[in-house]
Amino acid sequence: MRDDLQLISDWIPADASLLDLGCGDGTLLAHLQHHKQIRGYGLEINQDNLAACFEKGVNVLEQDLDEGLGNFQNHRFDYVVMTQALQAVLRPDQILNEMLRVGREAIITFPNFGHWRVRAYLGLKGRMPVSSTLPYEWYNTPNIHLCTVQDFETHCRKSNIRILERQVINRRHRSGLLARLWPNLFGEIAIYRVTV
Amino acid sequence: MPQQIPDDAPWSAEDSVGLVEPRTLQFDTALELECGRTLTSYELVYETYGTLNSNASNAVLICHALSGHHHAAGYTSKSDKRPGWWDACIGPGKVIDTNRFFVVSLNNLGGCHGSTGPASINPESGQPWGPDFPMMTVKDWVNSQARLADVLGISRWAAVIGGSMGGMQALQWSIDYPDRLSHAVVIAAAPKLSAQNIAFNEVARQSILTDPNFHGGRYYLHDTYPRQGLILARMVGHITYLSDDAMRMKFGRDLRAGRFHFGFDVEFQVESYLRHQGEVFSRNFDANTYLLMTKALDYFDPAREFDNSLETALAKPECKFLVMSFTSDWRFAPERSREIVNGLVHAGRDVSYAEIDTPKGHDAFLLDIPEYTKLFGAYMHRVANEVENGVNNVEAGDHA
Repeated sequence: MRDDLQLISDWIPADASLLDLGCGDGTLLAHLQHHKQIRGYGLEINQDNLAACFEKGVNVLEQDLDEGLGNFQNHRFDYVVMTQALQAVLRPDQILNEMLRVGREAIITFPNFGHWRVRAYLGLKGRMPVSSTLPYEWYNTPNIHLCTVQDFETHCRKSNIRILERQVINRRHRSGLLARLWPNLFGEIAIYRVTV
Repeated sequence: MPQQIPDDAPWSAEDSVGLVEPRTLQFDTALELECGRTLTSYELVYETYGTLNSNASNAVLICHALSGHHHAAGYTSKSDKRPGWWDACIGPGKVIDTNRFFVVSLNNLGGCHGSTGPASINPESGQPWGPDFPMMTVKDWVNSQARLADVLGISRWAAVIGGSMGGMQALQWSIDYPDRLSHAVVIAAAPKLSAQNIAFNEVARQSILTDPNFHGGRYYLHDTYPRQGLILARMVGHITYLSDDAMRMKFGRDLRAGRFHFGFDVEFQVESYLRHQGEVFSRNFDANTYLLMTKALDYFDPAREFDNSLETALAKPECKFLVMSFTSDWRFAPERSREIVNGLVHAGRDVSYAEIDTPKGHDAFLLDIPEYTKLFGAYMHRVANEVENGVNNVEAGDHA
């Protein structure tokens, strides 16, 4: 399992209820179901991923995040998780609000656009950064709302969203000293646990 | 010497269940019906495909839709050209894999393909039941199916599966017999009919009821049947089974003779198709059964006995659900399936949902559409794995 998923699963207590936005092939849900007896659902639109979830025995609903979470009641879930999808939705601010409406807490991961390598790529080459965490060209990228660690935290402050926990990890999915000291410069993937 | 089988004989194809034979079971314990009446005895006709395993845990029940019946897969004879109505999904290696599952498919009570229905003889009068046959509901069907399961020694279905009205039966199963199924597969269905759905059904019924050959439903005694009414009913129904796009692709504005005749005979291909569908249907379907089945659809509303709360109704099931819909289905559109899904989520049930992108309309559930086959197949694969790993085994004697 991906290290960011491992980190997230460490944050989630046993028997919790969970909604996983853009759950992919259901790895996280299957893991939590098996090890922590969580109950939950994934939302996904990719057919191959849906099929993989079906096979795994993970609850998955075909639903487009850009159409909102209006079908879920307030505080229906203990946790709403969204890994590496915030930057790909039409309105990250609205989905964040929705996550905190249907969940008590939200867990979010995104690629940090403030990482020094990204800055160097743009600054030195003068071109849109392409890397292992951001593998697309500017014209075909699904990542339409990239942000930095600082952007995200500023937004949380302005929107009265409380950050309960933060982890930044590098491309080897490790959390080094530099990333802990200067997360916006040395963190490649940011992981947050937030609430209102 | 063994007879040579021609290579292209459809019944001998590797992925076909082959030649099948219906069986009939007589039930002599009275069945109390939702309408307040009782059927003292009745027959159910059914087919089975595959083999029941030693602990009877691999059985799946197929529930049919409005015009369906027990013959869901395979061929009834070597000269039979068309297989059962869901042969696209049932067979060795297919979505409902008969190498792994024991598949039971029956004709519902009130039907006209062998199970007791309006054309059967009423033991009290010695004449066909006709309009005196009691009104059936989805609940009644589920009760009769549970009795069939008892006789077949199946205490718990690995899955109850159905499309359209069949999906409604699967849903009703999950509410009425929560401990007798592990999975419910509800395809192209709705939690209840809309006013528009009922309106279409009413047009179909009126066309039958006003046919001069209907004779108040006692047409059997007059050696006739409301042919024109049935044709019209089916034509109207068929329009709702296809989508606007599907009709455009299939017929467009194509003319049979290539030019206008300025008359009311068949000119457009779509007219010819509808008339043909109606004609074939009228020869093979009983008008009283059609009336009864459409009413059963109209009455279906499992939330009604739970203060009209679907969420409360769906707190009863214990099984896991797969709900599927088709983007171009306007009879039971994806939004209707999502009502079921949302009810299940609110009730905290295990549910997965897929919306298949296809122009084929409501009838898509009967077809081999790659995306549909893949997802449905993946789910059934998991159900079969659970069966083989003994995940949902019940204690023996639970339903003795």
